Amino acid sequence: MRARSRLTQSNLAGWSFALPGLALVAVFIILPFFVGIGLSLTNQRLISPNPAQFVGLENYRNLMGLSVLTIEPERDAAGAIVRDDAGAIEYPRVRTFTRNNPDYPHLQGMREWISWQSRENRVVLLASDVVFMKALVNTIIFVAVIVPVQGGLALVLALLINQRLPAITLFRAIYFMPVVISVVVVSILWRLIYDGDNGLLNNLLGLISFGLIPPIDWLGNPDTALGAIIGVSVWHSVGFHMVIWLAGLQTIPPSLYEAAAIEGASKWQTFRYVTWPGLRNTAVLVLIVITMQAFELFAKVDLMTKGGPLDSTQTIVFQAVERGFRTQDIATGSAISVIGFVLVLSISLTQRYLTRSRHE
Amino acid sequence: MSTATSDNRPARLLARYMVLGLIAVIFLFPLVFMLISSLKPDRQLLSDSGSVRAFLPVGDISLNNYVAAFERAPVELFIFNSVLVTGITVLLTLVVCSLAGFAFTFLNWRGREVLLSLILATFILPFESIAIPLLMIATQLPWIGPDGISQGWLNSYRIQIAPFIADGLSIFLFVQYFKDLPKELIEAARAEGASWWQVYWRVVLPLSGPVLATAAILKFLLMYNQYLWPLMVAQEEGYRPVMVGLQYFFLRNPAWGEIMAYLSMITIPVLGFYLVLQKAFIASVASTGVKG
Repeated sequence: MRARSRLTQSNLAGWSFALPGLALVAVFIILPFFVGIGLSLTNQRLISPNPAQFVGLENYRNLMGLSVLTIEPERDAAGAIVRDDAGAIEYPRVRTFTRNNPDYPHLQGMREWISWQSRENRVVLLASDVVFMKALVNTIIFVAVIVPVQGGLALVLALLINQRLPAITLFRAIYFMPVVISVVVVSILWRLIYDGDNGLLNNLLGLISFGLIPPIDWLGNPDTALGAIIGVSVWHSVGFHMVIWLAGLQTIPPSLYEAAAIEGASKWQTFRYVTWPGLRNTAVLVLIVITMQAFELFAKVDLMTKGGPLDSTQTIVFQAVERGFRTQDIATGSAISVIGFVLVLSISLTQRYLTRSRHE
Repeated sequence: MSTATSDNRPARLLARYMVLGLIAVIFLFPLVFMLISSLKPDRQLLSDSGSVRAFLPVGDISLNNYVAAFERAPVELFIFNSVLVTGITVLLTLVVCSLAGFAFTFLNWRGREVLLSLILATFILPFESIAIPLLMIATQLPWIGPDGISQGWLNSYRIQIAPFIADGLSIFLFVQYFKDLPKELIEAARAEGASWWQVYWRVVLPLSGPVLATAAILKFLLMYNQYLWPLMVAQEEGYRPVMVGLQYFFLRNPAWGEIMAYLSMITIPVLGFYLVLQKAFIASVASTGVKG
């Protein structure tokens, strides 16, 4: 960079060459980012005859509001705990606290998200927006599972492809192929494969288990739907990260492997002491790229489950589109986008910080 | 490459290929299923999906689904829209981003360093996190057409093209590549009195085949395959690209045979393109990995 200052100053040429790109980035990437922050503080709708009003952090409160409520059991006149016929303790209903209860104004409009028993009391975690909370948790689960699974499988594939065998490039081409196919095509195909009655996956499982595994409605069951989407996502993009790992593997000097062979290192020792240390930078990159891609999960959900069943596949971006576009609540959609961005950024920065400090 | 062992006895070799082949099957079977199913009538398609027959062109095989797909939806219009939007965007990306990359690498101008770091900072902004406010902006943008000034870019080609012409990654790819070009060439051309435009057009671009291919392939994949943005901004049939046009086939009871035919039609060109340019596709993705 410094050497270049010897070139003559050329402000006019520099600006005119860079201007089209700079202007487009400014209008279509940087401007929307700031407009999004601005809109999230208003009650703007996509199409509305009324001008938007500034509402401060209300959208964020409506999305993120959480409260813990401890409910004491119902007691009879003598002060004894009331139990139903099965012996379970009876409690006042949550809605007696959250609907027009003057003693609990801060709980107005909240709904039950999770509840558990604590001695004879029932503790309820209330959320202003239960669906958004589920979307947030699902996205975090999705990221937490897919980062190690996809990153690890991609590394295994890269090691397999990194052998010197005839026709190995054919296999590389096949493993990478799903990457070039649209998420739309992939989602629709897997919807049929996951079908609950006569899908390929159920038939295959039935065949290899001699009929012991009953058919599962993979996308229609709240326990399996998110897992099924994780499966498709890995299938779709593991080849992408395989290629990044391969690029990393090929930067390791062959002399190191020769030295390891002379020392009589086992395959595992060679991997542990030669390959893996040589991949450290690649590992950081793969980690961050998978995390960022995982946060963008939208199309597969939209095309396979629409967020269901029972909100088990809601995600942050899916909710942003549901609110911002489908119900035209641009303000809430923008607030969700901002929350999502802050989450990705903080996780990426944490990853970068952790991986850096380890190496120095 | 260096992990290769000299131990290539037939039994071991066979085992290796078995593992590689089994994994290949996992990646291939949904595509084979798609292509084969597109040739079958609905009832047979669903009953076959329970067995190996799902992957075999047996029974009542015909191209009827393809004909029916064209009757059900304006498939040729969707394909035209996708090709137009993708083609123009790729072309403009190559021009705009290579010009910017040239300015950042070879020219010395006030604001260069700051703006380059700003461009690099946009890496951390996923499109998904700006899509909703961008939708709002799209409804407000002015346009000067034959009937004077109008407001709002929804349902147009330009709203599908303009946001994707310039992006941090493409500009960065050009900067990385240009940095490694020999400086002497540029200095020699300047000494001979060439203008900066001539240096760009006659000296730098002819040497930039690999980076142009990389940027073009990455943008092609992004544009042709994208779903979220056209879903929001191309509601009108006349502007719909192929990925959003698929909705037509789910309006009534899904006709799976026609859906498979449609999916095959919109996937085969990409796969063909990939198989021919396989090395370049993989190299493009690998080069995004060098960014860090």
